[in-house]
Amino acid sequence: MIPIDLHRPAHYVHWGVVQISVPNLIVIGLMVLVFVLAVLVPFPKGRGR
Amino acid sequence: MSGSTGAAPVSESAGPSRSWTAFVRRRAVAALPPDKLLPDRQPAYVASWIYVFGVLTIAAFIVVLASGTVIALEGPQWYHRSSVGLFVNSLHLWSVELFFFFMVIHLWGTFFMAAWRGRRALTWVLGAVAFLASVGAAFTGYLVQTNFDSQWIATQAKDGLNSVGIGAWFNVLDLGQMLLFHVLLLPVALAALIAGHLIMVRRRGVVPPFPTEDQVSP
Repeated sequence: MIPIDLHRPAHYVHWGVVQISVPNLIVIGLMVLVFVLAVLVPFPKGRGR
Repeated sequence: MSGSTGAAPVSESAGPSRSWTAFVRRRAVAALPPDKLLPDRQPAYVASWIYVFGVLTIAAFIVVLASGTVIALEGPQWYHRSSVGLFVNSLHLWSVELFFFFMVIHLWGTFFMAAWRGRRALTWVLGAVAFLASVGAAFTGYLVQTNFDSQWIATQAKDGLNSVGIGAWFNVLDLGQMLLFHVLLLPVALAALIAGHLIMVRRRGVVPPFPTEDQVSP
C-alpha cells in the first residue's frame, strides 16, 4: 500500500503570489538538506591523502 | 629493384614542423598537459562532499544519454506499452530528476565558493549556459512524451513563447521540431558545453576555498 497516490493531481501550497506543488516543495527541501549535509559532514580519509 | 635503405623523411627541416596538425598539437599540449588532463592527485581542500556533486551530475547525465538512446531506438509503442519500455522510460525521467538535483547543489556550492575566482570565469559561464541548455532539453523532453500531458504542456507554453517573439522559430506545437531539438540539437550542445566546462576545470584547477581571517595578510 503506497501512502501517496501518484495518480491524482498534486496538492498546492499558496503563499501570496507564490504557489508551488507539494512534490516540488519536498524536492527543494531535500536539495537544501543534502547541501547542508554536504557542507557539514566530514569527508572520509582516503589512502595516501 | 633499388638499393634504397628506406623511405625519405617527409620533412627536411630540423626545426619544429609548420604543419597545422603539429601547431594544434603543440597548443593543446601546452594548454592542457596529460598530467593536468588526467590527474591522479587533487589538492587537500577537495576532500569535501560538496566537491562530489559535479561528478554526480555527469554520472546522471551518462544515464540520461544511455536511457534516451534506448528509448530513441525502440520508439513510443515500446516505451508506452511494454513493461521493459516503461521501466527504461522511468529510468530516463528519474535520471533527469537526479541530474537536476545534483546540478543545483553543485551550482549552490560553486556559487557560495565564488568559483569564478582565479581566471575561472569561462568555467563558470560554460556551466551556467549548460544549466540553461539542460532546462531546454528537459522542457522539450516533456513535449515529446507523446501523451496528453505533453499536449497540455505544449498548448500552455505556446502563448508564453509567442509573447516573447520566439514562437516562429521554436514552435512547441510542432512535434517534429521539438523531437529533433530533444534528441539531437540540445543533447549535442549540452555534451559539448559539459566537455568544455570539464576541460576548463582541468585547465584552471578546482577552485580553492576562501582564505580564513588568519590567512589573509593585513
